Parts: sequence; C-alpha cells; structure tokens
Amino acid sequence: MRHLLTVLRKELRENLRDRRTFVAALLIGTVVMPLLVGALVNLTVRRGQSQDNRPVSLAVVHAERAPGLVAQLRQYRIDVVPVDLDDAAARDAVRHQRRRIVLAIARSYASQLSQGLPAPVLLYSDSSDVAGAADVGRVRAVLGRLSSQAARLRLMARGIDPMVLSAIAVQDVDVATPTSRSVLILGTLTYIILLTMLMGGLHVTLDATAGERERGSLESLLTVPVPREQLIYGKILAACVFMVLSLTLNVCAMALALRYVGLENLGMSVNLDLPTIVKLIASCAPLAPLGASLMTIVAAFTRSYREAQTYVGLVLLIPTLPLIFANTLGLRPTVWLMMVPSLSQHFLVTGLLRAQPVSALYATLSVSVSLLLGLIAAFGAGRLYHREALLG
Amino acid sequence: MIEARHLHKRFGAVTAVHDVSLAAADGRITGLLGPNGAGKSTTLRMLYTVLQPDGGDAFIDGISARQRSLEARRRMGVLPHGAGVYPHLTARENITYFGELHGMGAEACGRRAAQLIELLEMEDFADRHAKGFSQGQRLKTALARALVHDPRNLVLDEPTNGLDVMAVRTLRALLLKLKAQGRCILFSSHVMQEVAALCDEVVVISGGRVVAQGTPGQLRERAGTSDLEEAFIRFLEPGGQG
Repeated sequence: MRHLLTVLRKELRENLRDRRTFVAALLIGTVVMPLLVGALVNLTVRRGQSQDNRPVSLAVVHAERAPGLVAQLRQYRIDVVPVDLDDAAARDAVRHQRRRIVLAIARSYASQLSQGLPAPVLLYSDSSDVAGAADVGRVRAVLGRLSSQAARLRLMARGIDPMVLSAIAVQDVDVATPTSRSVLILGTLTYIILLTMLMGGLHVTLDATAGERERGSLESLLTVPVPREQLIYGKILAACVFMVLSLTLNVCAMALALRYVGLENLGMSVNLDLPTIVKLIASCAPLAPLGASLMTIVAAFTRSYREAQTYVGLVLLIPTLPLIFANTLGLRPTVWLMMVPSLSQHFLVTGLLRAQPVSALYATLSVSVSLLLGLIAAFGAGRLYHREALLG
Repeated sequence: MIEARHLHKRFGAVTAVHDVSLAAADGRITGLLGPNGAGKSTTLRMLYTVLQPDGGDAFIDGISARQRSLEARRRMGVLPHGAGVYPHLTARENITYFGELHGMGAEACGRRAAQLIELLEMEDFADRHAKGFSQGQRLKTALARALVHDPRNLVLDEPTNGLDVMAVRTLRALLLKLKAQGRCILFSSHVMQEVAALCDEVVVISGGRVVAQGTPGQLRERAGTSDLEEAFIRFLEPGGQG
C-alpha cells in the first residue's frame, strides 16, 4: 500500500510537469470542449430564433404579372426582389446558390386567376441545400396559405361554405417540456464528458507503461523489491486521478459555458446547479478505473509508445456506445442496461440533466458494476505485467 | 556474493542460456565477457530476477532469486542495459523515488541522495530535470539510483555502451572505489579492453554457455597467448579451449 502511494505520488508529480498531460487533461477538458459545445448550442439557438423572425428573401420573375400576390407575400415578411431571369437562368442561379429561391409567375397567371382556374407559378429551389430548407418551407407555406385563402373566397362567391374543404382538423400537441427538449442537444454531452475524462488519463497511462519501457526505466523499476502488481496499481491510480481531475474541470467549465449560451431562448432550461454538478461527476467517475485499466492492458501488448498510442485510442471508443445504442435504438434504463459501463453513465447523466434522476437502485448498480469491472481489469493488468515479453 | 547455478533459459525454440554457472565474490570485480547475443543480458536478467530461469537458480548472498526474489532484490543494485531515467524528475528525485520504493524513509532517502550526488560528482546537475541530460549524466543518475539502498552487490549490464572516453573513465574509477568498499560487482561487456582493465575475474560466455572462467592471467595462460584479445577470440572459436 505504501509503495502504491509512492508510485502514485511520483506519477502525479512527473505528469503535472509534462506539457502533454497538461494539454490532454486540463486544456481540452476545460477550454476546448466547453467552447465547442457552447458554440454548437449557441448556433442552434440562433438558428431557432432566425427561422421565425428573419425576413426571407425571394427572387420573383415577372413580379408585374401578379402585383396582388407580391403585396400579400410582403405582408408575410417575405422580401420580394424582382429579377429578370428566364427558365434556364433561374435554374442556374439556384443551382449555383446565387439565389436560394426563385418564384416565376407564368404568363397565364392573371387570366387563369380571373377565370377561377389554378394560376400557375414556378418555384425553383434546391432540396439538397439543407441550410435553405427552412426558408423554402416558409415560402411554400405562405403560398399555400394564400392559395387556400383565395380558394375560400371563390367558394364563398359561389355560395358554398369553405368548411367543406376541411374534412379532418389536425391539431398538433407537443408534450416536450423545456428541459426534456434540451436533452436532444445535450445528449451529446455525455459523450463529450466521458471522452474528456478518458483522454485526461490517456497520456499518463501511455507514459507510465509504453513510455517507461521505451525510455528504459521500466527494467530498473522492476528490480526494486516491490511486487509488480503494486507498481501497476499505482500507475492505474495515477491515471484515475487525472481522469477525475479532467472530468471535474470539464463538467464545471461546461456548466459555466452553458449558462452564458442562453438556452432559455430555445425554451430550454438545463439543470446545472451545484448539487447536479457534483452528482454528474459522481456518476461518471466510477468509469475511470475501468478506462485506465483497459488502457494499461492494451499498452502491455504494444512494443513502442507510438504503437501504444494507436491501440489505446480504441479505448476512447467506449463512450461512443451510448451514442450508437441509446440514441439510435432509443433504449431506456433497465436493470440489465444499468450494468453496462458507459451506457449506464449515459442514463445517469441524461437523467440528471433532465431533472428526472433515475432510481437509487439504478444509480447504485451503475456505480458498483463499473467499479467492479474496473477492479477486475486492474487485476488483469497486474497479472499481465508479470509477462516476460513485457521487457521487449 | 552472486552465484549462478546451472541456469537455463529458453525463448520458444531458442535456448538463450544453457547451463551457466558462475560466481562473483565480494570485494572483486567480475566481468561477464562475450559477443553480442551470447546470453549475457539474459543471464544477468535471471540474476536480478526480472526473468524466471527455466532451470537452475541464482543466489544473492545465499538467497535464492527464484524462491525469495524480493529479498534477493533488496541486496542488489541493478543497472540494466540502456537504463533510462524519468525525464520530468530531477536527478535527485530520480534517486529518492527508488529509495522510497526500497522502503527507505523520506529523510534517509534525502541523506543518501546527497551522499551519492557527492560520490558521483553530480552536484551541478542534481536539481535539473533529467530531460536534457547527456549520456554521462544519465548514466550517473541511473547508477546513483541503483546504489540508493547501499547494496552489497552491484550488477551492471553493458554500462559503458555509448559513453565517451571521459565518462568511461569516471565509471571505471567509481567501480574501483565501490570494489574497495568490499562490494561484489558483476558487469557484462563485449569490449575486451574494458574487462582487461577492470576485472579481477572474467567469465567468457558464448552461445549461451560458459566457455572459460578465471583471472585475466589464467585465461591468457590457458589460451597460450600473452594477448588477452587473442585469448578471447580463441575461446569463442567452435571447439576452442576452455
């Protein structure tokens, strides 16, 4: 136990002086990731706002053929820009994104309209332009509304109740609460939190295993009168300390960043007060020993630091589990799923963010099973470091 | 006192060490001499317990390296081949870390480190990070680390590899000093002159077997030549005299 602490102390001291650890454990978690998430959410917030308020610009060919329509469009905050383009030029303009949407009024528009027949217009848009989809949708919706208004007037003029046109009345009821809606965005947060945590211990593990072997200090270390497991456990513990440090800094920075982003504008409120932050950290930290031990195991089979770097990266795929399974399959917590590391942390984190914490049983299961698997993996790592091939 | 008795070691189909027996006495420098790939490092690794022999055993002051490896390690200072140091620790911290792992208290470690820094003339770089150390400075640090627990026995694997003339000379002087203190020193080398200059006792190893053993004088005599290098070559020849 005493030796374990000696190793732990030395690894902490050495790594705190190492710039690579500093970048991996502290900078990425505290600065880069929160900025990234902040920017992402901010962008979503802004786009959400703009869709309703910003006027849409619409290029209209032969606006003079439909002065009434143009006036009505303007009432719906659609910015009509008269242009002079033929069919080919209109297609070209949209395809090359000089114009997002072009509306062409046909020659027969006025005469058809006055005869009570469908009045033809052409709407040019590019359905592969995802960013413009909202604008196109708005123009189409306004045109649809104007068309049905005109139709109702025609019916009334013929003495028919316009109600006959509406056979089914659909009314949308959205039950998403503000907090549960924001989880859609923040589901990615679990991934980032877990990834940042594991990355915090990545360099420490590599340095303490493959790095130590490559520098030639491993063999000396193995000649001290300390059982090899204790040396390895000390190193794993050091990696865990850095992981939890990285996790803590990351969650705090994230909470701060999200506070400034203004999620309220999206009608969302994220639950990130101090007790929640503490619970978030407590939910994720039990995964650290498993991550550190797995990295140590992987590093034991590699011949050089570079090789270790490549393969240990595989361990970083663990936090993508929830993204793949929970998000796409729409899994919900069950007793069995709460025993799956990473997935169970995802459920705990989303539960906390949603302000709907999962049951105490589930939380206990997640923490204890992750820790238990971590201990088993650490034990396995200790055994592996008895291999003679380790010396290279 | 370091003793190897009938050591065997196989790696897969290759037998690296075949029935090696040798003895290194206290107050003497014993050289393990042999060409590259002769089994020197493997033999030493079994002596300092990082490899398990497939047959035979090694004894450090009479303690079995196989049965009581931790106890055996306590009595030995080891400088493995190409020993590296921790780049982000100072030379002093490198030394005290090993002291602590040897179970020494913080105060004892500090005192011993200061002693070694003086002995090895490391004052001017003792408190610098080891990152930018020269070969010689790194060797001194690794050697001080191996000596931190004041071991009676010292095992060095090719310690002069890659060192410049000055560093080799310093190392030689140091080994003689340690020998004068009555310690048992066993070191390996593939360089004839080095062994001739330092050793009281030489063990020539080739193809994983001991082919000759004795003082430099005895070896010259047995090979029937006054030139030790010539003697070395003769022992290495298949069917050579040994």
